[in-house]
Amino acid sequence: MRTLTDLIVEQGLLKELDPSKIETISGCGKNAVFEAGAYIQKEGDPADHFYLVRAGKASLETFIPGRGNVIFKTLSEGDLVGVSWLVPPYRSSFDARALEECRAIEFDANCLRQHCEADHDLGYALLMKFVPVILDRMRSARLQILDVYGPDGDG
Amino acid sequence: MKDDRGLISAMVPAAARVLRRQVEYDEVVTLEVERPATLTKEFLPGQFNMLYVFGVGEIAVSHSGHPFHQDRIVHTIRAVGKVSRALILLKPGDWLGIRGPYGTPWPIDHAKGQNLIVVAGGLGLAPLRPVLYEVSSAKDAYRSMRLIYGTRDPSSILYQSQFEGGPWAEFGQVTVDSANLDWQGNVGVVTDLISADTLDTENAVALICGPEVMMRFSANALIDLGMREDRIYVSLERNMKCAVKQCGRCQFGPYFVCRDGPVASFGQVDKLLKIAEL
Ligand SMILES: Cc1cc2nc3c(=O)[nH]c(=O)nc-3n(C[C@H](O)[C@H](O)[C@H](O)COP(=O)(O)OP(=O)(O)OC[C@H]3O[C@@H](n4cnc5c(N)ncnc54)[C@H](O)[C@@H]3O)c2cc1C
Repeated sequence: MRTLTDLIVEQGLLKELDPSKIETISGCGKNAVFEAGAYIQKEGDPADHFYLVRAGKASLETFIPGRGNVIFKTLSEGDLVGVSWLVPPYRSSFDARALEECRAIEFDANCLRQHCEADHDLGYALLMKFVPVILDRMRSARLQILDVYGPDGDG
Repeated sequence: MKDDRGLISAMVPAAARVLRRQVEYDEVVTLEVERPATLTKEFLPGQFNMLYVFGVGEIAVSHSGHPFHQDRIVHTIRAVGKVSRALILLKPGDWLGIRGPYGTPWPIDHAKGQNLIVVAGGLGLAPLRPVLYEVSSAKDAYRSMRLIYGTRDPSSILYQSQFEGGPWAEFGQVTVDSANLDWQGNVGVVTDLISADTLDTENAVALICGPEVMMRFSANALIDLGMREDRIYVSLERNMKCAVKQCGRCQFGPYFVCRDGPVASFGQVDKLLKIAEL
């Protein structure tokens, strides 16, 4: 049977961390399953967890008056749900929902924050895995804000 | 004198009748036009025509039809101003003026035997449709083929029937910038789909068409995956008047988009795309 450590290594994001760090991280993780339509996190909730998607599809959404919930990003295998657990006030910025049955590794943010505080090497290594994801999402968000395909864009 | 006559005749449009008009989505229409006998040259994917609406004006529009069906001329037009708006209002039986084809084609032959990556954004799918028609009919000539299409939202997916259950479904992926909950597909910008997990960028040739900022970001994402600038091609759009390298309206640094483009390698134009004055 595959252990949680094996499952973490299978997801690209953390696989290059050294085995002892992955072992520590996996001590804060467990398997989770979300049925289609279930919320993984809700905007404004305490960011107590974050997730690595193993299978299925999830969305990041926000509510727009007059339009309802709008999806601005879909996530699938290997993607990360939740980065707000990294910095105070540890509050989720957006809704995340399973669009189909979604299997994920759920991490306890409190547990990991404590490990990172006690072992800055681990904290740094983990941050170096999260920063590229955050940068990527920021780049995407900027392109979305520019609305390049819209009436005032050029395409 | 002789040269002048040649130039003048190159600038006289042929009268052509609209056969069919199809609304693609809001403000975007595809016109099928009878090919006038005097337009003897067949178009190559990537080339464009100058379309003239009598009494209104003339604009450049890319060929978006099937390169193996040259009896009809097909253009997809988005209304952004005077001439394009007049064009999308034409009905079957109406007349317009056409001259062309002009410009450089997509280097499809260069991609034979290699991995072909097509990245389109918004209306940028229109100039690439002839490539997709041609390549779909000779898939074995390419090692692999991928189409990545990004657009604003699910209501502005161009040629939608080609994707879901259509001929492009097996190699095409669509993503939209945002969507309501009834959308089942990908949401995110087009560069989100440019990843090492899904694309084979070794021995690849990439063709990109869309808004300039989207082309720049897509080309750079491919370069980050190891592709060389000279294997990435983009299609430039600049205001155009004569289309025969005379007036300088479409000049883009040292390039005349009408003759040296619209298709150019990213290596040729990368720096120019970042100059605000051009
Ligand atoms: C090689 C080439 C191929 C093209 N292919 C297509 C096509 O397949 N379908 C299509 O709908 N359009 C295409 N265009 C763009 C089309 O030529 C312009 O939209 C058109 O010239 C606008 O003219 P107008 O009189 O309708 O608007 P105008 O009143 O002249 O302009 C209205 C607005 O559109 C902008 N604009 C004008 N020309 C261009 C241009 N060339 N590129 C971007 N923005 C422009 C202006 O800055 C202005 O903001 C192509 C352009 C080129 C150069």
